[in-house]
Formats: sequence, C-alpha cells, structure tokens
Amino acid sequence: MRIEMMVNANAESHDVEARTLLVHYLRDAVGLTGTNVGCDTTSCGACTVLMNGESVKSCTVLAAQAAGEAITTIEGLGDEFGQMDRVQQAFQDCHGLQCGYCTPGMVMAVTSLLRENPEPTEADVRLGLEGNLCRCTGYHNIVEAALAASRVHEVHQ
Amino acid sequence: MSILGNRVLRREDPKFLTVGGTYVADLELPGSVHVTFVRSNMAHAKIVSVDSSRAKAMPGVIDVFSNDDLGLANFPTIMEMTNAAMTPPMLASGTVRFVGEPIVVIVAETREAAADAAELVVIDYEPLPVVIDPVEARKDEILLFPEAGTNVAFTLDFGGDDTLFDACEVVVELTLANQRVAPCPLEGRSAAAHMTADGRLEFSSATQAPHGVRDALVSFLGLEPEQVHVVTPDVGGGFGAKASVYQEDIVVGWCALRLGRPVRWTETRSESMVGLGHGRAQVQHARIGGTRDGIVQAYRLDVLQDSGAYPGFGAVLPFMTRTMTSGPYKIARAECASVSVVTNSTTTTAYRGAGRPEATAAIERMMDVFAREIEMDPAELRRRNLISKDEFPYTTPVETVYDVGDYHRALDLALEVADYEQLRTEQSRRRLSGDVRQLGIGLSCYVEITNGLPDGEFGAVEIRPDGKVIVRTGTSPHGQGHVTAWSMLVAEQLGIAIEDIEVIYGDTDVVPRGAGTMGSRSLQIGGAAVNQAALDVIEKAKDLAADLFEADRGDVVLDKASASFHVVGSPAVSHSWAELAAAALAKDGGPLFAEVDLASPGPTFPFGTHVSVVEVDTETGKVTVLRHIAVDDAGRIVNPLLAEGQVHGGIAQGVAQALLEEVVYDLDGNPLTSTLADYSFISAAELPSYETRFTETPTPVNALGAKGIGESGTIGSTPAVHNAVCDALAHLGVRHVDMPTTPMRVWSAIEEAAARTNAKGQG
Repeated sequence: MRIEMMVNANAESHDVEARTLLVHYLRDAVGLTGTNVGCDTTSCGACTVLMNGESVKSCTVLAAQAAGEAITTIEGLGDEFGQMDRVQQAFQDCHGLQCGYCTPGMVMAVTSLLRENPEPTEADVRLGLEGNLCRCTGYHNIVEAALAASRVHEVHQ
Repeated sequence: MSILGNRVLRREDPKFLTVGGTYVADLELPGSVHVTFVRSNMAHAKIVSVDSSRAKAMPGVIDVFSNDDLGLANFPTIMEMTNAAMTPPMLASGTVRFVGEPIVVIVAETREAAADAAELVVIDYEPLPVVIDPVEARKDEILLFPEAGTNVAFTLDFGGDDTLFDACEVVVELTLANQRVAPCPLEGRSAAAHMTADGRLEFSSATQAPHGVRDALVSFLGLEPEQVHVVTPDVGGGFGAKASVYQEDIVVGWCALRLGRPVRWTETRSESMVGLGHGRAQVQHARIGGTRDGIVQAYRLDVLQDSGAYPGFGAVLPFMTRTMTSGPYKIARAECASVSVVTNSTTTTAYRGAGRPEATAAIERMMDVFAREIEMDPAELRRRNLISKDEFPYTTPVETVYDVGDYHRALDLALEVADYEQLRTEQSRRRLSGDVRQLGIGLSCYVEITNGLPDGEFGAVEIRPDGKVIVRTGTSPHGQGHVTAWSMLVAEQLGIAIEDIEVIYGDTDVVPRGAGTMGSRSLQIGGAAVNQAALDVIEKAKDLAADLFEADRGDVVLDKASASFHVVGSPAVSHSWAELAAAALAKDGGPLFAEVDLASPGPTFPFGTHVSVVEVDTETGKVTVLRHIAVDDAGRIVNPLLAEGQVHGGIAQGVAQALLEEVVYDLDGNPLTSTLADYSFISAAELPSYETRFTETPTPVNALGAKGIGESGTIGSTPAVHNAVCDALAHLGVRHVDMPTTPMRVWSAIEEAAARTNAKGQG
C-alpha cells in the first residue's frame, strides 16, 4: 500500500507492507536512521518520535496509522543552520548521553514532556521518562538536561 | 594551564544529538540480505530431526543452513581453563542445552521473509531432564555433557585451613545469592559482512573488541589476517557482554563467504535476552570471624558459579572474585574457593565489574552481619579494619598486591557528605515511633582491580602537514568518551587544540593492534599509550627542529602556549607543528609520527565508599532509594564530567541488581524474563539523583597516575543498597534478604520475622 506523511516537514510517499511499523518506515523507506529500535515490547522508548507534536513509540504505530500525520524525528530538530535546539544542547552540556543509542528517543521524549509541562520538577521528569530506558547514564544527567532545557526559553518566531 | 582535570564537553555528542549515531543496523549495504537464527525453545533436548524444506522453498529465502552445512570447529575453551568436553558448536548439533540456542540460520532477501521462514522450520525434539539451579547441577545427577561425566566446568581450590576461625571469638556465616542479571545494552548484537572487490571479508560488528572479532573470524573461517577487515561503527553499549565473540558473529561471516552477498544480522531484544551473555549468577557461602571488639580476623568465601550451558567468560569469573576476596580490609587470614557448573540456561559472561562486584557484595554484606552480631556500628567496624594508607603496597592473604589508597579518607568523606550521624538519629526516631516507612542506611567500602588482564595497548600520534593531529588507539569505546579524553591527553602534551585532533579507533586496517575496551582498562593503558606516543612525537619534532635551527637538540623547547618549537632563550624564531610535519615529509618522505605498543604496567586498584539511604514501606515491602552517596578514587581524573558519567551509570546498574533485576527461569528452563516487559530494567522513576565525590590518590603504576573508573559505580553501589534494605529491617528481626530485594521478598521477610517473634512470645 502507498502512504503519504510529512516527516520533518518533508512530504514523503512510499509503498509499504501493511504490517510495516512506523519505525521501520522511517528507517528503511525514508532513510532516517537516527531513530533506533531497542526492544520488541514497547518498553524501551529508543524509537520515540513526535506525531503531531506528541511523543509516540514508533515501534507501536503502524506506518499506515501515521498516514496523513506529521512526524518529527531527531533529524528534524534544530534550526536550518545546524544549531541544536535547547533540548539537544542541554544533553551535550549536561553529558546526558554516552553510547547514544537511547538518545534520539530520549531527546524526543524530553521535547514532548516540556511541551506538556514547561516547568517540570525533578520528580515530574523522572516519572515522565519512565518509558525511556538508558543503560549508560544512570539517568542522572538526562534528568539534569531536561531540567536545564526547561530553564531555557526559546524565542519562537 | 592544563586542560587535564577540566570538565571538557564531549566532542562525540553533536552527531548523536542531531542525526543519531551510525550503528551496525544503520550502515548502508546495497544488495544486502538478512540473517535470522532459529533458536531452541527447549532448555534441554535431543534434536531428533530438523526439517527446513518449507522454509527453503519460501519466496525470498536464499538458503537455510544447519551446523553440518557449516563444517566449522566448536568454540575453544576460555583461556584453556574450562572443561574441554563442554565447548559449544556454532549451531546446536544433536543436543540443545538452553532456550535460545541457535539451531538453524536462514538467509533471506528481507528481514520479514527471514522471520516468516523461521516459523516454517520444523524441529522435532526429544526432551531431556533439565537442570537450572546450580546447586542441583553440582550434584551431577542431570548432566549437560554426559561424556564429561560432570557438570563442573572450572574449579579454584587452593586447599583450606581447618583452623582458619579457631582464634575468633565470634563467627557468623551466611549463604548469599548474587543473582543472574542481563547486561541489556540498548543496542543488541549486530553484524554486517560482505566480500570486497579484492576478495577480503569486511565485517562490521557491535563489539567492544574489533581485533578480537578479526582474530576469531580468521581462526574459524580459515582466512589469513590480511583477508579480514573488522570495523566497529558506533556501538550502543556493551557492559562486558560485547567483549566476547559469539557463534552468531562467525556464522554471519561464514554466510557472507558462502553466498558471496552482503549479509546483515541484528538480533531482536527477545533474542538478545536469551542470546547475549548474562552476568553475575553466583551462589556464595561466606564465613567471617573476629573479636568481640571488632577486629575481623578470618574470612572464607565459597563460590558456586553458574556458567550457563556452555562455559564462557562467566565460568572463570570466580578468578576475579577470588582476587578481591578480602576487600579493603586488613584480614589476617582469608580464603576463597570456587566451583563453576553448567546449567540449562544462557551462557554467563562478563558484566560490568565481572567477578569483583560479587566479591564486594559478599564481604560487605558479611561486614554488616558481623557488625550486627557484635552490636557495633557498621561504619565503625569498617573503620577499625580498613587497610591504612601507610601500608601500601599491600599484599592480601590471596596474594593480590594493592597499589595505593587512602581508604579511611573515602569512608570519612562519604559519611560526612551523607551526614551519617543525623541519618542514624532519624532512623532511631522512626524505629521508636513505629513508622510505616522505616529508614535504612547502607555502607559499602570497596576496592577493585582494573586493567587486570595482561594485554598491552597500541597508540599512535601523527602530525599532519596542516598542523592537525591524527590519533589512533587500540581501545574501542562505546559511550565512554575516548575521543574527548584522548584528545585532551594529546592536547596537553602537544599544545594543539583538541578541535584539531582526530581520534580513530575500531578499524583493524587503520589501527593494526588493539585489545579493546573492557575491565576498566582503557585510560590507564590505551590512554597511556596515546600519551606516550605524543611524548615520542615531541622528541622526533625536536630532532627536526634542531636541524632547522641548526641548534643543539638539547636547547630546543616546545612552547605549548603557542604550539611551536624554539631554541631556549630565543622565542622570537619558532617553528610550528605544521612546519615540522612538512620538514619530516621533506626529510624522510613520511609523516611526523610516533607509535607505541605499551606493555601493561600491571593492574591498579580503585577504591571508595558508597552510602545508600533507603526508605522501606513495611506494609508493602516497597523500597525507595532516597539518596546515594558515592565517593570514588580512581587516581588522577582526566575529565570529571566523563568520570562522573561512568559512576552514574554504574550506580544505576548496581541499584538495579540490589532492588529489581533478575533473570528468572521456570523449572523446565523456560526464561520468564526474556523481554523488557518482563525484565525489570531500571528506569529514571526508580532512582534518585546521585551525590558523587572523587578523592584523587594517584597510582604509581602508570604514567598518568590513573586507575579505571568504568566499573567502580556498580561494584560500590550494589552492596550499599542491599545493606541499606537489610538495615531498615534489622530492628524487626530480619537478618538478611537476598537480592533483588523486591517488595514481595521484603514484605515476606518482615512477615516471617514477625511470626517468629510471635511464636517466641507465645512459647
């Protein structure tokens, strides 16, 4: 079946099998490999992307279900000049990543979290990231990064 | 001003944060086909027949192979230490010995076709009796390898002294479970392989040791070393479990050779949970004795190690456990013996700490049990028995020589940061008031061994004619930040900005030799090799500069502030690194370059004290970690940001083992924790932020003064949390709760203790 969707503000149109998951669509059809697969039970959140601005685990959405929607992946963050946005920058500043495998999903989850709750407490962040697993950082610096990003007020034009 | 010791942000990060890393599964490999393994769903069975005909006939399937098709030798024994009758075949042959053991390999045009075909392979099994519990396996009633006549894969036995505890006023003993856990790197195992136009096998691997993978491919596939090129793109964590080569890696390489097509394999998480090696898996019996006023005099640890179905690195972990038997304490007499057995479970391997967390868990739990027995504060007992800073180098009763340390300082600092007295006061208050939420305070003083294997390491520094630097290292990072740290080391020596330094690793064509990244070795041996290469390149540059200046070589100096050489007293005339690189090219026709094969100067022994503060809900058994204080001493710290990151990750994995995580099998050997929905992988919601401090006691063992920091967090944290949980329950009559201290276990322990108390009261 042929499906169309906006991915990082680009119009995409590809033939897929009905059973194709959104994450495989993004990686294999669109060619955006920043989004990773870390499990097969919707537990780890490595595949987290934004669908219409809200975080979803792209291993739990069929590509066909996302037809007509707007998807944002890690490649879609930052500005056209290659500047990282406040969440990306906070992850670097706070050493919120090590091996990098959970990082795209983690950054998207934090992005979504801050949209819902612009001034979260540490407890809010920890609970909000419960569905995103990291084995390297012990979460300490990821939580720091989320809180640091929340203190940066981006200029929206 | 030195760059070392500064919180330099990671140079690695922008890529990961903007487009994501490039892991094996992300590699473009035009025309590649997909490999899938059909795995055993029986824990122990004879394979009566395998019918792959329907799978082979399926559209999109290229071929299906079993072990007979491969014609490859079994894996060798680990370091020639384990039972030679227990080696694994590449694919199961005749008998399967654990759920998840690969039996058949399918190669198909797409991942989906391979998965569909796997469903069509019919395997007829004849079930055999299953043994999962290592205590049962030790009885040799159910044998995994009848031809071996035993389940014992490896033993350490240096004899025992019957009089070990004779002088002790107080002796206590305990059996402890150091449960099996899953390493769970976020990226599972993955490999891609193809034949290049010039007939070489190019193999991409999610590994901690690319040269080890190359050597294994060469050996098993009968190739020459120059015919195999292994590269590690970004690797999504390893934690020890990716330090070894697996059967699947070799089979993927074999398929590329056999089919002449690019092949790729990425395991699913459910495969990884049963295929990637597990960690820990010891049953320990410990005995500790000493005087009533708190001098520990004797200690014995007996380890029963679960090796899983085929002895791998896990089988020899007790060697590392034994090395660290008596921990940071001055114990006059200490012994450790071990037996490793095979069971119908996933093979065990190295997992963050690899044998040392098990040693620390045992001695630290026993210190608390002993303290309770003699009614002494556990911090005071530790203080009385720690090795003093003027006693180094210190030789323990098992002949381990600790390099240097100030163990008392770490303890004192940890207690100060924790405000230990105040915590004990609050604990007393809650105990007296019968609070539902009881406070537990747990200590762990640890010492561990890093760079414990004998391998040296390769490092090279090359100055390019544009003044930029190429560094090559034999270590193979997968999150540790070697690009940043090695850049800092080289910048410090050469005076060249880290932005102008490129660090290359994980490519066996570009880096000729390397032992990889494991055992907390990288900085002290790989970093030290790079550091030495930088020093050597300065000497070569001085030779060239002396020629250009027509000066005495001894008068040439490097001014690091301007990154240029001049004659002492004449700074106005200087030559930059770029000019000297050009001079080298003009003179020798080659680059300004130095490479080093640094022999290992021997192990170092990081140490520290962790304090855990937990709250236990006595009505539900739920444990909440309120605080975790970590004081670690890894000698000289090159980059505190990276060092803290290592400690943080280690703490989380340590807390996870103490509270939550456990690989569980049913009695038939079915894994009950083979997905991340079933395995209690710790999340942010179950952890606090950590309070970390470093003390810096430089080691005399290596030129950097550095010890390893990769595993200390795990080693120090687990017993602190475990002791904290037991401490919270001590006044209720609970002596010990095994890890993981789940709500069910904690609640049951409280109930059982209450029942005992009631029975006594009535009797």
